[in-house]
Amino acid sequence: MDLSLSTRTVGDRTVVEVGGEIDVYTAPKLREQLVELVNDGSYHLVVDMERVDFLDSTGLGVLVGGLKRVRAHEGSLRLVCNQERILKIFRITGLTKVFPIHTTVEDAVAATD
Amino acid sequence: MATVELRFSAQPEHVRTARLVAAAVARRAGVDEAVLDEVRLAVGEACSRAVGLHLSNGLTAPVRVVLTEEEKLFSIEVGDEVPGPAGGPEGTVSGIDATLDPDTETEDEMGLAVISGLVDDVEVTSGEGGGTIRMSWPVSGASDRP
Repeated sequence: MDLSLSTRTVGDRTVVEVGGEIDVYTAPKLREQLVELVNDGSYHLVVDMERVDFLDSTGLGVLVGGLKRVRAHEGSLRLVCNQERILKIFRITGLTKVFPIHTTVEDAVAATD
Repeated sequence: MATVELRFSAQPEHVRTARLVAAAVARRAGVDEAVLDEVRLAVGEACSRAVGLHLSNGLTAPVRVVLTEEEKLFSIEVGDEVPGPAGGPEGTVSGIDATLDPDTETEDEMGLAVISGLVDDVEVTSGEGGGTIRMSWPVSGASDRP
């Protein structure tokens, strides 16, 4: 399965809906998408991972890279994820302390802290 | 003797194939269904790391994956051919802390951190002939045999 990406704007937030597998082969596409959004001036990103079937450390690296880019513009990068097997990867790498993780896109879009 | 041995050219697109094969062989060997996700992820991490090492060192040699079904154990060895410091064990797998600093993109370190967080029995070695990550999981005994 390949990676699917779609973006939409909600207020001042840009929601990136990701589906499929994020691994060493597909992660560069996600990286390009995030870089493009930041270059176009979208600094408040919500990455919706509800339809992600697989995530590895390459994907984590891309998300951390995205976070660094938006932070350089005083922006934010929030994740939406309820899947235990994906959340587990964030926990074992300690990245739950780095990313705000929300249960719904609505929550993530409304969050301000 | 290895149950299944796989060699693939060091390209990112083949890592998914290695994950699928490893999960299929693990299931057949009787690895618990709940653990298959971990097997899939750990093999993917080890293969991604090996592919990265081969590409960054300009090696055309394939990455090797050896899946072995033993009586009470299912083990996976992922080998690269990038020479490391000779003399065996590299020591412990890098700690999780190394990956926490968001100021660095250390995917290689993060991969090892994921593996060490997922797999209880893991051994990373390196030598003149290359490096190996060996991981194993207990087998429940009720293997998927007719």
